[in-house]
Amino acid sequence: MEAVLSINKIKGGGVVKYKSVFDIIGPIMIGPSSSHTAGAARIGRVARSLFGREPQWAVISFYGSFAETFKGHATDVAIVGGLLDFDTFDERIKDAINIAKEHGIDIQFVKEKSVPVHPNTAKVRIGDDQSEMELVGISIGGGKIEITELNGFELKLTGHHPAILVVHEDRSGAIATVSNELAKHNINIGHMQVSRKGIGEMALMTIEVDQMIDDEVLDEIRRLPHITQVVRVAD
Amino acid sequence: MFKSAAELVKLAEDQQKKISDIMIEQEQEVTGKSYEEIIELMGKNLDVMEQAVERGLKGVHSLSGLTGGDAVLLQQYIQKGNTLSGPLLLDAVSKAVATNEVNAAMGTICATPTAGSAGVVPGTLFAVQEKLKPTREEKIHFLFTAGAFGYIVANNASISGAAGGCQAEVGSASGMAAAAITEMAGGTPAQCAEAMAITLKNMLGLVCDPVAGLVEVPCVKRNAMGAANAMVAADMALAGVTSRIPCDEVIDAMYKIGQTMPSALRETAGGGLAATPTGRKLEAKIYGTPLQSRD
Repeated sequence: MEAVLSINKIKGGGVVKYKSVFDIIGPIMIGPSSSHTAGAARIGRVARSLFGREPQWAVISFYGSFAETFKGHATDVAIVGGLLDFDTFDERIKDAINIAKEHGIDIQFVKEKSVPVHPNTAKVRIGDDQSEMELVGISIGGGKIEITELNGFELKLTGHHPAILVVHEDRSGAIATVSNELAKHNINIGHMQVSRKGIGEMALMTIEVDQMIDDEVLDEIRRLPHITQVVRVAD
Repeated sequence: MFKSAAELVKLAEDQQKKISDIMIEQEQEVTGKSYEEIIELMGKNLDVMEQAVERGLKGVHSLSGLTGGDAVLLQQYIQKGNTLSGPLLLDAVSKAVATNEVNAAMGTICATPTAGSAGVVPGTLFAVQEKLKPTREEKIHFLFTAGAFGYIVANNASISGAAGGCQAEVGSASGMAAAAITEMAGGTPAQCAEAMAITLKNMLGLVCDPVAGLVEVPCVKRNAMGAANAMVAADMALAGVTSRIPCDEVIDAMYKIGQTMPSALRETAGGGLAATPTGRKLEAKIYGTPLQSRD
């Protein structure tokens, strides 16, 4: 807890977690909780984007405050809404669990007893006949989230900078094209981690940058050869 | 980039600008978006806030039945013309309640800075507009001033109830609102910071103890009192009253209090009002589960 909270300090360290005024005034969302509803929806939606399609089953584990209050805050409903690719303001979030049932998605919720590093932690395991995936996300307040783990690998994000995850084929040149694309938009890479133990034969780049990355830039990276998926994991 | 209230006030004073102008300029720098784009984005938030207040004033009820209808009661009471604390103050209170009643009913709101504390900023804005008659652009500026102070709290302390208790949510929202009211009423940047400090000082130690884990009891009424607190603190700052403890030190105190707050009082429904006999009875009734002690 202390470790996480101390990251919030900007005095001396120059660390700014909330960069935009719209992190404070916003998001527009379905109630009742920005951290437990909107944040949960965002964690679910990142999982959905990384998986790339609607899963056939999901096992969602809640820790800390999420475990104690997920029913009251509709955290369960919201995270399933995210898995269905609904945004925080999508009215369909309210019916997400029923919609998921109609789609034939098998969903289980697990209330974990262990004490997490951050009080609002969720682990999302999703899959279908072809593959499965697991990620851990935390909801840090006001609807902002961070992804801390993917398929058992800790994402070594400092949490101080915007970050993206790029799932790609393990081919020569893939990393260079992504870094060239970022350079083209004057986006400086502060830290980068490449792992080949991604999804199946996939590889994974975790890139921390100094500037905020627009959706258009993410779209451009998505269109590059050998790139499977791009997701913002911290902004 | 400003990192503290002191830096923010100094920037505004040195450049003879308003707090809202400094926030907009910083947003332009950080995001690379134009002035017009940023104003338009905030305008969308303003519209959502206005729609939520309108909906709440017509009367909404949450699924649990714990909250709803109080905004209507307050408006009817104001109409009778016999209020003790004055129609403007109660109008702010009723509109804050309206927003949070809509939030509790899973309606659409704008988090300011969070959903559980979403009532205070719009509640006060849509009440003081009756007196100050701001333009749409001035109302949008109100949100940037509120955002500037929220930004400082979020980056130096916390705006999460699970991390810092209700003081971090409704406390922050109320301080943000107080600063924004002060600017709209013609106060100086320094007076905005005083209003924020005075408000937050009076919310220190407030725990997050939602009954049944729902963002209803006591959240809706905490927004009501947060709005009242913000209005009074803005008037105090405009009168020239200053906080002996500077704004940044109050924020730091809030952060440290949050760190030492037991987990039972940080959005776990483990203590406080959630753990009262009535709180537990309501919880059992809502979820149809047997009464149990979680202590």
